[in-house]
Amino acid sequence: MSDLATPALIYFAAALVTPFIRWHIARAIFLLSVPLVALATFAFAQYGAYSNLPFFELHLTLFRLDALSYVFALVFSLAAFLSLLYAWHIRDRLEQVSSLLYAGAAIGAVFAADLVTLFVFWEGTAIASVFLIWARRTEGAYHTGLRYLAIQVGSGLLLLVGIILNYQDTGSIAFEHMELGSLATWLIFLAFGIKCAFPLLNNWLQDAYPAATLTGTVTLSAFTTKLAVYALARGFAGTEILIYIGAAMTLFPVFFAAIENNLRRVLAYSLNNQLGFMVVGIGIGTPLALDGTVAHAFAHVIYKGLLFMSVGAVLYRTGTDKASELGGLWKSMPLTMMFCIVGALSISAFPLFSGFIAKSLIVSASADTGHFIVWLVLLAASVGVLEHAGIKIPYSMFFGHDRGLKVKEAPFHMLLAMGLAAALCILVGVWPQQLYALLPYPVDYAPYTTDHVLTQLQLLFFAGLAFAVLIRTGRYPVELRGVNLDIDWLYRRFLPNLFSRLSSAIRALWQAAARFAAGRTDRALVLLFRAHGPHGLIARAWPTSSMVLWIAVLLGITLVLSYL
Amino acid sequence: MLQALLHQLPVLQIVLPLVAAPIVAAFGGNGRGWMIAFATSLIAFAVAATLFAEVLDGSVISYHLGGWAPPIGIEYRVDILNAFVLVIVSGVSAICLLYARASIAAEVEEKNHAFFYATFLLCMTGLLGVTITGDAFNLFVFLEISSLSGYALISAGAKRDRRALTAAYNYLVMGTIGATFFVIGLGLLYMLTGTLNMADLAARLTGYGDSRTLRMGFAFIFVGIALKLAMFPLHLWLPNAYTFAPSAVSSFLSATATKVAVYALLRILFTVFGFDSAFEANVLRLIVLPLAIVAIFVASFVAIFAEDLKRMLAWSSIAQIGYMLIGIALLSHEGLMATVIHLFNHAVAKAALFMVAGAFMLRAGTTSIPDLRGIARDMPWTSAAFVLAGLSLVGVPLTVGFISKWYLVQAALTQNLWPVALLVVLSSLLTLTYVWRITETIYMREAPAGVRRSEAPLSMLIPTWIFTGLSLYFGIDAGLTSMAASRAANALLGASNLFWQ
Repeated sequence: MSDLATPALIYFAAALVTPFIRWHIARAIFLLSVPLVALATFAFAQYGAYSNLPFFELHLTLFRLDALSYVFALVFSLAAFLSLLYAWHIRDRLEQVSSLLYAGAAIGAVFAADLVTLFVFWEGTAIASVFLIWARRTEGAYHTGLRYLAIQVGSGLLLLVGIILNYQDTGSIAFEHMELGSLATWLIFLAFGIKCAFPLLNNWLQDAYPAATLTGTVTLSAFTTKLAVYALARGFAGTEILIYIGAAMTLFPVFFAAIENNLRRVLAYSLNNQLGFMVVGIGIGTPLALDGTVAHAFAHVIYKGLLFMSVGAVLYRTGTDKASELGGLWKSMPLTMMFCIVGALSISAFPLFSGFIAKSLIVSASADTGHFIVWLVLLAASVGVLEHAGIKIPYSMFFGHDRGLKVKEAPFHMLLAMGLAAALCILVGVWPQQLYALLPYPVDYAPYTTDHVLTQLQLLFFAGLAFAVLIRTGRYPVELRGVNLDIDWLYRRFLPNLFSRLSSAIRALWQAAARFAAGRTDRALVLLFRAHGPHGLIARAWPTSSMVLWIAVLLGITLVLSYL
Repeated sequence: MLQALLHQLPVLQIVLPLVAAPIVAAFGGNGRGWMIAFATSLIAFAVAATLFAEVLDGSVISYHLGGWAPPIGIEYRVDILNAFVLVIVSGVSAICLLYARASIAAEVEEKNHAFFYATFLLCMTGLLGVTITGDAFNLFVFLEISSLSGYALISAGAKRDRRALTAAYNYLVMGTIGATFFVIGLGLLYMLTGTLNMADLAARLTGYGDSRTLRMGFAFIFVGIALKLAMFPLHLWLPNAYTFAPSAVSSFLSATATKVAVYALLRILFTVFGFDSAFEANVLRLIVLPLAIVAIFVASFVAIFAEDLKRMLAWSSIAQIGYMLIGIALLSHEGLMATVIHLFNHAVAKAALFMVAGAFMLRAGTTSIPDLRGIARDMPWTSAAFVLAGLSLVGVPLTVGFISKWYLVQAALTQNLWPVALLVVLSSLLTLTYVWRITETIYMREAPAGVRRSEAPLSMLIPTWIFTGLSLYFGIDAGLTSMAASRAANALLGASNLFWQ
């Protein structure tokens, strides 16, 4: 059985056992031990490839440990631990089992050294994760889950076709660097792109993440997209087109995030924007940029998880995650507020927080390689991050208008999970060398030079100033739904904020296109049903005479063909 | 003594169930019938497995019936291909009989049990005979034995639903037309060559060269077998027959009857005709390939909209036969491999699925899909088997379905038949849709209030899980099946002299 050894197996075995542990505290402790045990199996192993499994004509390698897979597996293990700790109060076995399977599949995918194994785990993450959405057990969540599943499985299908074609072309299924060029590699690229939420392929993310259970969202935010980042970094490092895709990705979700009212959806847009930075890093493909991508992915999983946790804690206590219904919670949930602010500072890349030491690498790499416009876009996007994730999230929950909500502080296990994540953010930010030592390439980079720190602080302060001005004048879109502005007045006296105009136009266009497509699909389905339904032309029971007719026709055609 | 017995194995394979059948009919009351039938099928499986082990290295066993040398006497000829099919048929029979005891007790009247098991044995005899014989006319005889007993088995579903009678009657008429076409074609070939032994036919046909009689004979035989294997649009008999037959019979026939017909087609196409003229390739490329693709899509759509689980599975069988036909029509080593592997893979997966349907029928009294809402709560093991076997039907990796689709897509790609490969992959989505529909109904819908159904008895669960287990095991360790399929494909292509190679 050693052929099958991969840390993912520990998660799968645990998922089998979990439903049978009756006492929920024992179950929660057992769950928490799983990521740690799995981590122990690879944390101290030698780099190398293990577990060669012959699979009809092919050789699968289930366990490849190198610097790249190590960092991702490490952060996935941490994320699994933190999200399971955060979900301590959950009794729902379905959700617990699917969390384990999901984390296991993601880690298995990271360790896959061949494309077929990657595909298996790739689909595994899709199937396991959808239950985190369905675990909410509402009609809406069910449909959202189905949409999510269709897109994720579709991505896997593209991957499979790509793998088969690639095998035809090269005779190999090894998962190594690929060049875009053949249809096969384009399909694989597209499959990665869907999971990575490239622009225009991103809707599943904002659709599904806010729809999951409040603990499910935390789990979801960690794995799927970062797995795609890993796959891109492994397969398509240095592919130029990724730079532009990534730059677009950093910029456009900012607009949507600014006008969005649902805070979990704001975070989903911001997640998309953060992925953009990583994709740019992969596209540049120099050692510095790739290190930046990996470091950023590491830091991002932690601080994004932290932000989702803090919104989740507020949702848990108040029952809402709408910006327009929240505010002034700093009095009742001070610890949650502190942790949320640590997450916000990290994502906005304040010096001494983890985002800073990771993002700097990518931004520097873009400048070093002469991508001036991309560099500008990244800076602009950083401002956007600060606006919507760094300020809007904590501001609208804990400050802003006091809605008079009287709630308790978040439960202890949530605080503990957030506290650990916050501590990690600060530790990594203050002592970056520990993280740098894990990266695939040797890092010779000092983030704390006067130049870097000053540039970043200037940027941040001006962005903060802009936010303050917008809030003062009541023009920041977060207030649109909360403050009772007369719509008429808004239209005549002030041109609405360009952001919201633009994005609502895009949204309207998208909805119209979706309606059109849905209408067409419905009509096609009706036609299909008319022909194939239980009483349709084809499914009906036909008399023997029609069979005789068919056999005569077929014989005739065969004969004609034979005599030709 | 043992050595002598070993020499007689090919004939024992047929004679055992043939002799057991009348014994069961005469003395099979009070449950003895089931016991004799089950024991016989186990022995038949042991015989088939021994034969398979003997020819695994590529050798051929030729057995002369009654000591008469071919081409005058009847020859039983076992090579890797038909030994593989023998194992499938006898194995499926044994497992289906194990399952049948509880299922048939509920679905067929007590007084008919002895006759039922006797007919079952006859049907098995016929299917094994078609597979093992090396004589073309003998093949026809066995085909008719299996078909006639098949009609009787289907009509045994009449206790549950009277429509089983019309279904069986329609199948009888249609099946007989197919058999007639087959025998007309055979007559034409006999007219031309004066022999009925397949190997001899092949040799003489090459000698006589091309003629109109030959082409006419080919067309008749092809159409006749196409009907037996339910090639679209000659599938009209199948949906009703499988829907209304007793569940154990649906499971048995879906896993064996059409598979044996596919085998017969392979044998005739490659061994007898041997592909020395372009018209055969024309027929495969221009008729079989497009029809198979149409079948996959049309039948899958019907399955998606079906309201009854067994009917859905029946239509799914029509689609799956499409995959096997595509493999044949590609006329390559890989294509044939895909077909032969899919013979096995589809047999185990579909048998498991029909068994699940039978378990639902037993406990819920219906296979109407809306009535199965939430049944997974009451029958978790049966439902889990459905999902796993369903995944195999879809072709998810780590199930057997993936292996056959992998080879099929490879085979299409090596010939640059892009659209075919693409359509095969796309059609998996349709399969996923209908499997998903059932999964959703049985797992996610609320069960009707106040309805409780107990889990199926062990005697039905075990066979279901044997098939499910097989479809997973051979999905991970496909060594045995793919080796057998590869050698079988070699044997077929070696016997025929493909003129374009």
